[in-house]
Amino acid sequence: MSAFVWLTILTALRILARNRMRAGLTMLGIVIGVGAVIAMVSIGEGAKRAVQAQIATMGTNVIVIFPGVTSASGVRGSQGSAMTLTVSDAVDLKKRIPLLSDTGWAKRDVMQIVYGNRNWNGPINGISPSYLTIRDWSFTSGGPFTQTDLESAARVALIGQTIVANLFEPGEEPVGAVIRIKNVPFRVIGVLAPKGQSAQGADQDDVIFIPFSTAERKVFGTSFIGSVGAMFGSTDQVEDLPAAAEQIREVLRARHRIQTDKEDDFTIRTQVDIGKVQEGTSETLTMMLFAIASVSLLVGGIGIMNILLVSVTERTREIGVRMAVGAKRHHIVMQFLIEAMTLSLVGGLLGIVLGVAGAKLTTLIAGWPTIISGNVILLAFFFSLVVGLFFGLYPANKAARLNPIEALRYE
Amino acid sequence: MSPLIECEDVWKIYRVGDVEVQALRGLSLTIEQGEFVAIMGSSGSGKSTLMNMLGCLDQPTKGRYRLNGIEVGNLKPDQLAEIRNQQIGFVFQSFNLIPRTSALENAQLPLFYRGLPLKEQRAQAAAALGRVGLRGREDHYPTQLSGGQQQRVAIARALVTSPSLLLADEPTGNLDTQSSQEIMKILETLNRDEGITIILVTHEVDVAAYAAREIVIKDGQVLSDHVTQPRPTASSVEG
Ligand SMILES: Nc1ncnc2c1ncn2[C@@H]1O[C@H](COP(=O)(O)OP(=O)(O)O)[C@@H](O)[C@H]1O
Ligand SMILES: [Mg+2]
Repeated sequence: MSAFVWLTILTALRILARNRMRAGLTMLGIVIGVGAVIAMVSIGEGAKRAVQAQIATMGTNVIVIFPGVTSASGVRGSQGSAMTLTVSDAVDLKKRIPLLSDTGWAKRDVMQIVYGNRNWNGPINGISPSYLTIRDWSFTSGGPFTQTDLESAARVALIGQTIVANLFEPGEEPVGAVIRIKNVPFRVIGVLAPKGQSAQGADQDDVIFIPFSTAERKVFGTSFIGSVGAMFGSTDQVEDLPAAAEQIREVLRARHRIQTDKEDDFTIRTQVDIGKVQEGTSETLTMMLFAIASVSLLVGGIGIMNILLVSVTERTREIGVRMAVGAKRHHIVMQFLIEAMTLSLVGGLLGIVLGVAGAKLTTLIAGWPTIISGNVILLAFFFSLVVGLFFGLYPANKAARLNPIEALRYE
Repeated sequence: MSPLIECEDVWKIYRVGDVEVQALRGLSLTIEQGEFVAIMGSSGSGKSTLMNMLGCLDQPTKGRYRLNGIEVGNLKPDQLAEIRNQQIGFVFQSFNLIPRTSALENAQLPLFYRGLPLKEQRAQAAAALGRVGLRGREDHYPTQLSGGQQQRVAIARALVTSPSLLLADEPTGNLDTQSSQEIMKILETLNRDEGITIILVTHEVDVAAYAAREIVIKDGQVLSDHVTQPRPTASSVEG
């Protein structure tokens, strides 16, 4: 860089240092704008990553089928139609659709569980053994029950970490213990590995799995034998999910004898669909961030333009002197552009510091995960530069267009 | 060789609203390289207007002004800036130093726009300050200097580029007698020893007495123009 540019930057910094208060107030818009965007993008990215991790806990390439109609917003429709899916539907789907690597089913109810003198109200899930593999459940001790257990309606249970924490002493081994569900004794044969929160915010570890047949016959006492609360399927490839979902729909409509002009009596959601809903929310967030960023950068830019116009007026004589000793137009333009960009860049840098600190504080205080991406910082840097350039142009040109004689005479 | 300055029937007309002010009315003037000229005249007679035009800060409305043979009236703003930077030094009545900027940096300013390496800028500016007797004051700010010292910084700034023409519009107007004399001695030395052409506007007879030629302006025209001191001829300087 030439001596001219260097000295001009130095001069700009010196002027900033001299009017620290004024410069600070001028930069405030950019500082806050850049800071807010960086903090919020970091929080948003952290949340997105967390949601992705939660969606991953559903399993791999999972399709969920609920009975009844679910509106697009996810609100479940009439309960009256909630008994439309059956075990034989699930078995038939696997037979008829080669794309499905497996199908499973489950039915749940909240019941009291007793162990020793402790009790806990937890969701009891009657499931097919295949459900465990579809949803990628693994074990910290013990293991799953088998097809034989299902067929014989064995009284065996798998329990989640929350149940363990509430029924057992710390360090006590649950496997082998006998718990009572609705006064029916069950032997614990497996402890499930933790999954944490679901994408909908539910505690996935507050769960007990027992064989579906045992649940039906000995615990739930339902009059609708064979009906399930939800069915699950999985494919080997993510790309197969939409096709598999469509085939499931066709098979189920045929099995349920639904006429072509009638709606489905079930709802199909793939893991990809659920991910998309979450992406949709993060897109809204991104748009909001973009709006905040634009407005604050605009305000910051106008602030810079304003202070520069004041500076041009204050320094009219100086500009006249510079012109008299041989400054050309581009020299004057450069001088004020560099001043504007110095202001906006220093503001941007302060904003970056503020934003990163804000994100770290959020993690520290609220415990939210945050991810600070280098791209956002680069972008913020770049935008502050552009703002300085853009809003500096008008005052800089105004200065360069001054008539040297009038500028020299200015009081 | 053409004369340094040639004005032929120069007019400068300002328009303020509907009113036309004729600041220069067909002024003609020739000044040779190496002259020391004092311009006198009552207030409002057009002296500053003439100086601004001679200094290429302004252009004539009508007529011809040639500086070193170059027709100034046709030049664009950046070309004028180039000429000011290369050939002309200004000294103003109100010093016009850049505030909160050291004496050295003020003296450096014209070189800054020449794009000289920083070291050279500094060295030459320091030398110029030395020539006006301000060695050791390089880091002083204008507010830390007396009026006479400030004007000397301004002279250093004017001569740092070794101009062929130095224009001083009432350089002693804001100074006491003592400082005025010091400033005039410096200008006299620059003219005598370095052959810099000096044109100076003044109201004071004793200031004008330093010059070898006195031009009186009235209503934008030359009223009188005469030599007051025998100009040292080229041969007498060399001899
Ligand atoms: N920029 C300008 N606009 C209008 N009138 C001007 C301007 N500059 C000078 N004048 C007028 O031109 C005349 C000569 O002014 P000036 O050259 O400053 O006189 P002096 O320096 O001899 O006192 C005055 O009447 C002054 O009012
Ligand atoms: Mg005047």
